Amino acid sequence: MKKTVSHVAAYALFIAFAFIIILPLIWMIITGFKTNQELFLSPFSLPEQWKWENYVDAWNQGIGIYLSNSVIITVGATVLSTFVSCLAAYPLARLNFRSKKLWIYVILGGLMLAPQSSVISLFKMVKIAGLYDTRTSLILIDAAFRIPFAAFLIMTFYKSISYSLDESAYIDGATTWQIFGKIIVPLSKPIIASCAIVSFRAVWNELMFANIMLQSTDKKTVPVGLMNFQGMTTTNWTLVVASMVIASLPLVIAFLLLQKQFVRGLTAGSVKG
Amino acid sequence: MRKKNQRTVGLYLFPALFIVIVVLYLPIFINLYESFFSWGAMTTKHEFVGLANYIKMFKDEVFYVALKNNVIFMVTSVVFQIGISLIIANVLECKFMRRTQNFFRSIYFVPSLLMVTVVGIAFKMIVSPSIGVLNPLLELAGADASKIDLLGNAGSATYAIAAMSQWQYIGYTVILFIVAIQNIPGELYEAADIDGANAVKKFFYITVPEIKDTILINTIITVTGSIREYDEVFVTTNGGPGYATETLATYLYKAGFRNDQMGYASALAFFIFIVTFIIGLAQMKGYRLDDQQ
Repeated sequence: MKKTVSHVAAYALFIAFAFIIILPLIWMIITGFKTNQELFLSPFSLPEQWKWENYVDAWNQGIGIYLSNSVIITVGATVLSTFVSCLAAYPLARLNFRSKKLWIYVILGGLMLAPQSSVISLFKMVKIAGLYDTRTSLILIDAAFRIPFAAFLIMTFYKSISYSLDESAYIDGATTWQIFGKIIVPLSKPIIASCAIVSFRAVWNELMFANIMLQSTDKKTVPVGLMNFQGMTTTNWTLVVASMVIASLPLVIAFLLLQKQFVRGLTAGSVKG
Repeated sequence: MRKKNQRTVGLYLFPALFIVIVVLYLPIFINLYESFFSWGAMTTKHEFVGLANYIKMFKDEVFYVALKNNVIFMVTSVVFQIGISLIIANVLECKFMRRTQNFFRSIYFVPSLLMVTVVGIAFKMIVSPSIGVLNPLLELAGADASKIDLLGNAGSATYAIAAMSQWQYIGYTVILFIVAIQNIPGELYEAADIDGANAVKKFFYITVPEIKDTILINTIITVTGSIREYDEVFVTTNGGPGYATETLATYLYKAGFRNDQMGYASALAFFIFIVTFIIGLAQMKGYRLDDQQ
């Protein structure tokens, strides 16, 4: 009896919490269909007419451009960081050489460096290099900050692959590149995918560097673009909300489709190597 | 070791090392150097001032406000994203919850997929006295909401932003803890059942000790995240009203990019570096790099 009561109480709490999580999201979706007037005057009611135009307008007013910038930068930084991490993790995990430990510390030590403490110098460096207001600068910076974690994840996985595979390949006369490309990488596909997803999420949401390194409107990413939308003097709030819904869809859909890889990538880093 | 092998190792390592050293390490040294100068991006002045920027920092009232706010973020984040989220994960792993676990954990996780910009702007609108729904709701419940402006009042603003951040990220750590708990061998719990241990005892004597590495690493990540805190404040209040919600990172941004006191901003940046670096050393320990040979 006591058990049932506590079970019911637990369920009640979890359902209540689910409502706290989900109501603001529903509010967002509904508000995206309202007129500005309805937003001010009748905050709780459903829109009298569901204004699909808000979403179309949001797209035309720039969210489309911001999205394509975000895709370019995120894909660029994700591919770059995952690729170089795959490479670097190989000797660190599976070859023996004298300076190995030093390089492991150098790469993973990057985990300790807060982007906030490099932002001033990076701004200066980017200006001197003539890369200010280019997507290249953002791709490089975002990729760099993903490398330590990505290399750590991939390295941990490489180590779990049986060494007898390499040895028999060596005996058959394979080079390290062949072993890397034909054995290690194909076997590591799941962790590489997870790693790419986690990096994608981080770069997609990145705000500070995107805000500082890019200046022209047609290069801005979604997070910065949304800030500009709501900063305008006569803010069209429902349009802003519609833009926010559009901006959120890609990752939410990706999560629903790739939940397993998502969770693996997130958890691999928090469980000890 | 053969020469050829050495070159191969170099080829594998070079791209990652080059990017990491140039983009992650070099700026830290440049930053330290620049923090001894008074300079700006808009002026040509570049004058050596020794420790003046650091002295200014430790005498700066706003620096301490920012520090206090970072601590507020840290404490709330550890309480919610470690403490409460661990309890949620544990209950979701109970037998009677298993069937609905996937449903709850997916819902709780969704906010962490959204951009901070999206969550921040939505939150700003929801709690706004003019266009929001929170104040009308409170009035419906019979409260006098005329003086409530969560983000507009200095007294409540920091806590409101911290609360928003918990809403967004609690589901994230719930999933991390669930996976960790699932890795605990089932026999441990069966043995405890035979001994007649109740759920609370099992939680403290089996679950927590078994996943302490995960707890430790997540705590460190949460703590460093709070010291780096920038996005949420930048989106919602940008440090205001006045300096009430400033954090170290938003203050450094303002000093550098708004007031063009790049030298002073560099000093603030170096302070963030030192604090996160020390905590990060503990994180490296947690990852057990020493075992890796």
